[in-house]
Amino acid sequence: MSTPPSDWEVVIGLEVHVQLHTRAKVFASSPWGFGQEPNEQVDPVVLGLPGTLPVVNREAVEKSILFGLVVGASVPEHCSWDRKNYFYPDNPKNYQLTQKDFPVVVGGQVEIELPGASRNVMGEHKFIRIHHAHLEEDVGKLSHAGSGSLVDYNRAGVPLLEIVTEPDLRSSAEAEAFLRSLVAMITQAGVADCDMEKGQLRCDCNVSIRRRGTEKLGTRTETKNLNSISSVRDTVIYETARQIRELEAGRSITQETRGWNAELVRGYVLRDKEDAHDYRYFPDPDIPTLKISRETVTRLSALVPENLYDRQRRYIANLGLPYTAASVLVNDRALAEWFELAVAAHPANPSGIANLVANDLLRDLAASATAPVSLESCLIKPAQLAGLVKLTDEGVISKQQAKEVFTEMFTSGRDAAAIVDAKGLRQNSDTGELEKIVQEVIADPAVAKSIAEYRAGNEKAINALKGPIMKRTQGKANPVLIDQLLRKFLG
Amino acid sequence: MGEVLHTLSAGELGRRLAAGTLTSRALCEALITRFKALNETVGAFTHLDQADVLAQADASDARRKAGQGRGPLEGIPVAIKDNIAVKGQPLTCSSKMLAPLVSPYDSHVAERLRAAGAILYGRLNMDEFAMGSSTENSAIRKTFNPWDLARIPGGSSGGSAAALAAGLVPLSLGSDTGGSIRQPASHCGVVGLKPTYGLISRFGLVAFASSLDQIGPMARSIEDCELLLNALASADARDMTCFGPADRAFAPSGDAKKLRIGIPKGFLGKGVAPEVAAAVNAAVAFYRAQGCAISEVELPSSDLAVPTYYVVATAEASSNLGRYDGVRYGHRSASAGTPVEMMTASRSEGFGPEVKRRILLGTFVLSAGYADAYYVRALRARAKIRGEYLAALAGVDMLLTPTVPTPAFKVGEKASDPLQLYLEDIFTIPANLAGLPALSVPCGKSGHLPVGFHLVGAPLSEAKLLAAGRLFEAAHGFAHQQAAL
Repeated sequence: MSTPPSDWEVVIGLEVHVQLHTRAKVFASSPWGFGQEPNEQVDPVVLGLPGTLPVVNREAVEKSILFGLVVGASVPEHCSWDRKNYFYPDNPKNYQLTQKDFPVVVGGQVEIELPGASRNVMGEHKFIRIHHAHLEEDVGKLSHAGSGSLVDYNRAGVPLLEIVTEPDLRSSAEAEAFLRSLVAMITQAGVADCDMEKGQLRCDCNVSIRRRGTEKLGTRTETKNLNSISSVRDTVIYETARQIRELEAGRSITQETRGWNAELVRGYVLRDKEDAHDYRYFPDPDIPTLKISRETVTRLSALVPENLYDRQRRYIANLGLPYTAASVLVNDRALAEWFELAVAAHPANPSGIANLVANDLLRDLAASATAPVSLESCLIKPAQLAGLVKLTDEGVISKQQAKEVFTEMFTSGRDAAAIVDAKGLRQNSDTGELEKIVQEVIADPAVAKSIAEYRAGNEKAINALKGPIMKRTQGKANPVLIDQLLRKFLG
Repeated sequence: MGEVLHTLSAGELGRRLAAGTLTSRALCEALITRFKALNETVGAFTHLDQADVLAQADASDARRKAGQGRGPLEGIPVAIKDNIAVKGQPLTCSSKMLAPLVSPYDSHVAERLRAAGAILYGRLNMDEFAMGSSTENSAIRKTFNPWDLARIPGGSSGGSAAALAAGLVPLSLGSDTGGSIRQPASHCGVVGLKPTYGLISRFGLVAFASSLDQIGPMARSIEDCELLLNALASADARDMTCFGPADRAFAPSGDAKKLRIGIPKGFLGKGVAPEVAAAVNAAVAFYRAQGCAISEVELPSSDLAVPTYYVVATAEASSNLGRYDGVRYGHRSASAGTPVEMMTASRSEGFGPEVKRRILLGTFVLSAGYADAYYVRALRARAKIRGEYLAALAGVDMLLTPTVPTPAFKVGEKASDPLQLYLEDIFTIPANLAGLPALSVPCGKSGHLPVGFHLVGAPLSEAKLLAAGRLFEAAHGFAHQQAAL
């Protein structure tokens, strides 16, 4: 009789390769970017011409250190590079410069949030430990055309930070949540863009299973070169099921390197342990050990943005935001900072501001802007949005009118007050004038029946009196005030 | 005057050029005439673009005429070993693997020479990828010792030394990984300096063993060697291991007669030929007579140097030479197949036997399961040797030994015995392992064959070494010597 799947626990470790946001390549002065003609972004160093030497790009090292600070890692006093030797045409020197023994980032952790019971409910938070992250060079791209092969070295030498987790992840959902958190933290710190469509983030996914409650790790497989979060999720699901099937059929798991076909949603064997490369690592003699000064670390520490979950907790606890709005805001640093500028201009109602930002502003930005959505090109400035919320809070316009004013602000960039005045939207909150109108309406025999019904206990009957009042004030009467006055006079 | 120009020192040529009694064009024409007459016999050069040389000479003469001369090397030809990149010139390392390659860029030293107004004069033969001690491993041609054309010139900078000894050029550049400047300098009776590791940028030097390689000047006199060194040494941001000189000028300084010279214990017993020992002992006696303090020093780990070197150097070489695969440049096999098959075939066809031997050895010593026993142990031995040398050099200014145990051997004599050939470098290797400056100075003859002695100093003590060399040179007749051809 087969064991139910829930008896198995999956153990996942990820190696995430992120192309750092730098102007030049990691060991050469050649620039890099997406969408260039093949072999345009090369120079003698990138091509590994005889006699050329690597020079470490300071910007790439600093972005790596910044990543370390973002995840709370210790920044070592020194780091160094090693050569990983293997032959392949996309590898210009037939060795890759990487950091085997002394990486630039050691330790650290990434907080993740699992999906809640519903969209509006916060899920469980966990911490995933980072083992280390090392700075290495990307390789070129080999493609086959007809009877020949073509190689493009534009990608060769692009700075690649390989972030290696501890085997702390326990489900496809955790793997997915980890990657989303990691991408948010990396992009918010300006370390990298993580544009998966451009191949700027690629993952190797290590999966093993074990009986729930046991400690010993099972034999793992490594699925390489996954270029989207959904591929990682699908790989974990596929590989977990495959390994359970193998073990339950009485077979064993082979330690192997696997590939992933995202179209067919299935994995395949690339090579097993016997075919594993001997990379003949040794310290690169061309790059002396690099000292990382504490001054540099201090300077970079100032660039670390607020952690997104710290921000989430602050929005909920200190600003009183609902979970959903807080989550939307903190996932985008620019949006959150925009929101905070608005709150600074009108601190009385952060929820009202958050509601407009997370719903109306994002919706209109998404609908109007050519991708990517840009706050910089947005015509409404934070203080203007705060002004709109303030007008609503003061009863000058209704919430319904605020939506209308917002739409106008979004297209024109004008202040809320100017639009309200120009459109004559300002509500009538003159108590004396409204009292007079309310008393006249109450005196009208046409509403006597509704008054009687209200007095008999039918709450809704009061609404029949509001229509005539609105009509007399051309719809500008403050509805809250009218309601209060009606109840006062009807006793 | 053309018939004697080739006998003059670079210093003297520079003075005549400055005085206007000589033009760079006349000098280059004279040297080209000599090249045509002798290069087939000596085999020092693998390439000389005569039109390019004359164009450079004309440009130099024009600069000088316009009062824009660039210093003491203005208009002086410097020949360059074929593993140092010069834009637009072949960069073959005397290998079939790179025979089709023309460098698209200048090495740092080529830039320095151009900035100094020198004429970049041709490509010099060498052991393939600088691996060898006789220049017999060149895939392009043989080079012969101008003092005895049946003998080897030494190596791997054999072309650089032979060109000087044959009067084909006044100055040349070599590279030294285990003795490749000093050993051929000794065999050809010229001066060769391996600078402190990091003094001269390696940018543009084709790597053999990156932690050991240094470019260095070769000349027929100490003065000329200094002249060239001063032009080459400078910091370069393109080589992270290059820190450049603390002080730009390397003119001999201090009183050479007060130098403290250490003689490593037992070095003259190690298979050193009697004539070599005699010449070196005479040099020691000379320094003592001049007032230098001579003392014996202990270097107990010296025996480890050669095996340590052949582990470290081959390990680095196996990786450095990985890039030659026929994909981007160099020899590509005509046999079709997958990219990886093409790479394998290109390498099998392109590399000579000594290069293959060292790649295989280096691959082995770095392999999983063997790296700890070989490569890691060699690094420890290297640190020990460096420590002993630095400790010894704390008590003396320099160490004096023979450069090579025996004079130049006959072509083919040791071709079948690589281990015997590796012992040619027994005295020179420690300076590379320890990153120290070392100078070979001509000091006599064994029969008709030149012999040199070897000075090793503390890091950045080039000026002291040169001062000691000049003191000896001034009292002896070995400066400016050339073989009669």
